[in-house]
Amino acid sequence: MSQRPDDPPGLLDELPGEVMMWVLIISELLVFGAGLVAFMAMRLTDPAGFAEAQAHLHRAGAALNTVVLVTSGLLAAWAVHAAEAGREARKRALLAGAMALGVVFLVIKGMEYADKASQGIGIETNTFFTFYYLLTGFHAAHVVAGVVLLGLVAVLRDPRATETGAAFWHMVDLVWVLLFPVIYLIR
Amino acid sequence: MKYETQNIALAYFVVALALFAVQVSIGLLMGYVYVAPNFLSELVPFNILRMLHSNSLIVWLLLGFFGAAYYLLPEESEREIHSRTLAWLQLGILVLGTLGVVVTYLFDIAQGNFIFGKEGREFLEQPKWVKVGIVVAALIFLYNVSMTVLAGRKTAITNILLLGLWGLALLFLFAFYNPANLALDKMYWWYVVHLWVEGTWELVMASILAFLMLKLTGVDREVVEKWLYVIVAAALFSGILGTGHHYYWIGTPGYWQWIGSIFSSLEVIPFFAMMAFAFVMVWKGRRDHPNKAALLWALGCATLAFFGAGVWGFLHTLHGVNYYTHGTQITAAHGHLAFYGAYVCLNLAIITYAMPHLLGREPYNQVLNMASFWLMSAGVVFMTFVLTFGGTVQTHLQRVMGEEFMFVQEQLALFYWMRFGAGIAVVLGALLFIYAVFVPRREVISPEPSVAAE
Repeated sequence: MSQRPDDPPGLLDELPGEVMMWVLIISELLVFGAGLVAFMAMRLTDPAGFAEAQAHLHRAGAALNTVVLVTSGLLAAWAVHAAEAGREARKRALLAGAMALGVVFLVIKGMEYADKASQGIGIETNTFFTFYYLLTGFHAAHVVAGVVLLGLVAVLRDPRATETGAAFWHMVDLVWVLLFPVIYLIR
Repeated sequence: MKYETQNIALAYFVVALALFAVQVSIGLLMGYVYVAPNFLSELVPFNILRMLHSNSLIVWLLLGFFGAAYYLLPEESEREIHSRTLAWLQLGILVLGTLGVVVTYLFDIAQGNFIFGKEGREFLEQPKWVKVGIVVAALIFLYNVSMTVLAGRKTAITNILLLGLWGLALLFLFAFYNPANLALDKMYWWYVVHLWVEGTWELVMASILAFLMLKLTGVDREVVEKWLYVIVAAALFSGILGTGHHYYWIGTPGYWQWIGSIFSSLEVIPFFAMMAFAFVMVWKGRRDHPNKAALLWALGCATLAFFGAGVWGFLHTLHGVNYYTHGTQITAAHGHLAFYGAYVCLNLAIITYAMPHLLGREPYNQVLNMASFWLMSAGVVFMTFVLTFGGTVQTHLQRVMGEEFMFVQEQLALFYWMRFGAGIAVVLGALLFIYAVFVPRREVISPEPSVAAE
């Protein structure tokens, strides 16, 4: 393909941040989407068993976690504005706040896992909990990765890097906002 | 040939093609054993034939990759290969090891010996001394190519190729671990085989295809690199946890059924992207390269890999389906088209591209080579269809109706005969390919219908 200089910029060039990040985000959404669809399909085969298992979950804790994570996403979005305005100190402070809330999310999640473990509930207890641990566990792993990534882009002086990190963090947000109702709320 | 050391590749390609001939011939023998089960049963039992067939496949594909690396790295890095002697030493070790393996398999010498004997594993089955030899050869290779790349120009193609080759070599180390627990043994076996063919080998495949597209179509390097990174990201994202699709029924925990099903379903994406990449590049390309045969193999590779690895893989990758089809002829159908499309065609593509340069001939029409593509590919595709239909019947009779294994096999005889016929076409195609790349010096077809071919 001869990319002549007068070629209009392609769709890919208009995406904020790194293109590769968008490849990753789409892949992640496909995986979590497929996981949620499979979860809902399995619930159709055993609605009573799933409802009974769901009663063991901490809805209040998960709701609190939703607030924590969405607020963290807001801080990351502000950080992008700060980075674009060249206000480095403000960007770093906002990203540090976003990371701190990410850690709060993990602590609350950890308390939930500990509570399950004390009740003797594990990944192989039943199909509901297999999905519960796979989906929330994969998501929590992404929160860890996101905190590390935000720390990395906080150090870099490139606004594009902040955009890329924030895009990943919003994906982590979005996935949780999908997981929360499907796993915790819908009966 | 721009760099003198590129001709190291010639020796690797010669050995690879010789093993290729052996591999498909043994395959044909096995095809006959399917229709006449007592054939050779005393002399060389079927399981030994199968070990020879699958292991010689792996070895010749690897030799082809090594040859491809020695051919394309000098051009990409704009440097001669670091050491010619080391490359020869590496080939010597691999040939000696291969001969050692064949003798050990066929005559079962040194049974039970820790260093010289078989380990009773069938797939990661090499005597210890050969395994050590493979590691030594791999280290020599990695040292040699890494020194070349580090000293020269670094491109996306060399980076991805090196990443794939390093990963490939490191993963082989799992072959040394032979746990007594059979489930664990299989688990680590897949660390090698799956993470090869659906991980590191895909990186090798993408980078060699990218090199061919760059040379054959004249597309800008920048465009090729963008595709390459996306393909590699998709391959690693889906391929690593996709290993779970081998863990459904070997004694691993049940959650692997979901991890395997979901991630391995996404393994279609990189193969689709590679096909799209190849065709878009040819479509957008401005160069009319004379080596049409290499282009045919490259496009055939991307297409058949998508169908064999992508579509036929997806066919039985969901655990609900695999529960019924596991280990039936459906698996064999997928295995044949996937390996042929992805890795056999890839090797034959780079060999077809490199040979005229290596042998000092102008790229010519290579009509015989193209004929061998159609003959071999038609053979493998027909075999795939036959085994798919046979496998469907087998799945129903054996897994749904619960009929006895050998009774079902008898009812599949017609399919096995057709597969044997397809095998003959593949062997003839392979021999024709080998003849076509080595023997004819001129092979020009005039566009004028009245002029006879030379």
